[in-house]
Amino acid sequence: MRTDDRPERRDMILEVAGLTMRFGGLTAVDAVSFVAHRGDITALIGPNGAGKTTVFNCITGFYRPSDGAIRLHVPGALPVELHALAGHEIARAGVARSFQNIRLFPGMTALENLLIAQHNTLMAASGWGIGAVLGLSRYPRAEREAIEKARRWLDATRLIERADDPAGALPYGAQRRLEIARAMCTDPSLLCLDEPAAGLNPRESDELAQLLLSIRASGTSILLIEHDMGVVMRISDKVVVLDHGKLIAADAPAAVRADPRVIAAYLGQDEPEDTAA
Amino acid sequence: MNPAAALRDAGLAALVAFGLFAPLVGLRTDVSPTGGLFLRTRWTDVAILCGLVFAGRFLLSLWTGRRGLRPTAGPTPWTARLERLSTFVAPALLGLALVLPFIPGVERYELDIGILVLTYVMLGWGLNIVVGLAGLLDLGYVAFYAIGAYAYALLATTFGLSFWVCLPLAGILAAFWGVLLGFPVLRLRGDYLAIVTLAFGEIIRVVLINWTSLTGGPNGISGIPRPSFFGLPFDASGDPGTFAGFFGLEPSPWHRVVFLYYLILALALLTNWVTIRLRRQPLGRAWEALREDEIACRALGINVTTTKLSAFALGAMFGGFAGAFFATRQAFISPESFTFIESAIILAIVVLGGLGSQVGVAIAALVMIGGFELFRNLEEWRMLVFGAAMVVIMVLRPRGLVGTRTPTVALGQKRAISGDLVSEGHG
Repeated sequence: MRTDDRPERRDMILEVAGLTMRFGGLTAVDAVSFVAHRGDITALIGPNGAGKTTVFNCITGFYRPSDGAIRLHVPGALPVELHALAGHEIARAGVARSFQNIRLFPGMTALENLLIAQHNTLMAASGWGIGAVLGLSRYPRAEREAIEKARRWLDATRLIERADDPAGALPYGAQRRLEIARAMCTDPSLLCLDEPAAGLNPRESDELAQLLLSIRASGTSILLIEHDMGVVMRISDKVVVLDHGKLIAADAPAAVRADPRVIAAYLGQDEPEDTAA
Repeated sequence: MNPAAALRDAGLAALVAFGLFAPLVGLRTDVSPTGGLFLRTRWTDVAILCGLVFAGRFLLSLWTGRRGLRPTAGPTPWTARLERLSTFVAPALLGLALVLPFIPGVERYELDIGILVLTYVMLGWGLNIVVGLAGLLDLGYVAFYAIGAYAYALLATTFGLSFWVCLPLAGILAAFWGVLLGFPVLRLRGDYLAIVTLAFGEIIRVVLINWTSLTGGPNGISGIPRPSFFGLPFDASGDPGTFAGFFGLEPSPWHRVVFLYYLILALALLTNWVTIRLRRQPLGRAWEALREDEIACRALGINVTTTKLSAFALGAMFGGFAGAFFATRQAFISPESFTFIESAIILAIVVLGGLGSQVGVAIAALVMIGGFELFRNLEEWRMLVFGAAMVVIMVLRPRGLVGTRTPTVALGQKRAISGDLVSEGHG
């Protein structure tokens, strides 16, 4: 019924429907469907090789799905078909991501990294380069605003002291935070984080959890892949579990933790149909 | 390394040398007086060479052993010294360039060298946009130089257009070809990009040679109009309509040379100004980000295609300007001026100067082109001197003369970034 349908629709930020990704004969992701709600932290978990990063790469435009649809629902606009967009257009549509192996611009300062994230706004303000070269545009003000925004995120990630240091010279944990700050500088409606807690010590993962909660509080929805179950169970509103490319559970953290199929997948216990095969 | 180990090491090196030199130097076929071939042996020469290798290797091992191995990372005292120096070098060079024609003792020959050096400075700065900032290895840059030169030559000789009309047209045409080259190579990286750009440079040259009806083929185009001083030609007649006549000067060929000198200086400074300004703006920053990590750029919503194309187009445009200048200065052009060696020299200037560094490129052009002319009386030996100098520079300063990167923006103070962190780009 329509009336039941509506609130669900309004709350949705990301809708993945029948997503399938084949690499040659290998089906890495097999007809996965799930929904992420606005203002939620949705975690994508699963054993190694379950297809989490493949789903991620489809959502963020690094792979083109073999089948299925991915839609981004931004309030006050028509749903955006992410699977039909080119890589850079997805970021413009409001999806930002971080990478499993950090991908900063190592030879540029932390501040410069955050300004590159605001490239599209700045580029428009600079009259596509031409106006700004001739000094004819409102570029200086736009740049001041961009630096102000970068400063806010540097403050939020406690990197303000290192603003003028090259990103490649920052310690590992700081690079992770800078990558999140950089993604946030694109003003995303959905932030996708690929194992943000990997390689962090317990104190750093605690800080990361706090940072993610504050990002959620500011209104950005988060989709994250994570192996650190402590972080996942503590901050997620919903957990989506993949195993061998198939969706096996999508529920609140407590329910997922109790799900026998999830436990089986994580403990490597053979599923009934596997033993039969 | 202790002497015994060094001795053993040197012995091994001598053995390798013997293996190489015995057939290469030791045996030689000569024509005997009767006309037949006979084998001549030169074992003394082989012995001398092996002895030299042995001694050289022995001394080298002892020397490096005494010094110990030093980590290559981290700023060396050299870097700091050069950085301090470079703050004075740029204004000093600019000042010198501005007053060069009026320095006593500067004759036609010196000014001609100045023009040549500035042409290469401009080409180096143009290529620096593509290679140094965007990190796209372009081995066919001379093609745009050629396109600019032929564009001016053909437009001027066929339609009689003036230099000032042709200059922007030549730049636009070269930029157009830059985009045309850019499209197919967008997805290529590293070695593949280098090969395709190399081929592009050769294709342009081969077309110029073979399209005889348009370009005159190997005979080139002669009688290209010389530039005028905004409509006033440089002429020996002294008429009121000429430069000398208008300003009431004694007619002299010197005027034209000085004018050409300032023309190329202005064009080079324009290139520099545009590059410096763009570097501090989103487009320039996106180029550098592209050099650092293309995938991250895409994830941040930067259109990689247009950003790459803009770098190609802008670099090509300045190459085209330089080409138009070259044509008007020489009054004669032929495909011979646009061989691969030109691309290689320009690329060498950029790499030796330090990728992305404006001052470094200017110094490298001055040293390479000026030095090359200076050692003209060494004849063929100058190539050797030159090669050796390049090797020495690359050993001492592997990231070029200015190997550090200056941030484009800072909250506090801008501090140079060590070249070890800055990537060279993957194509």
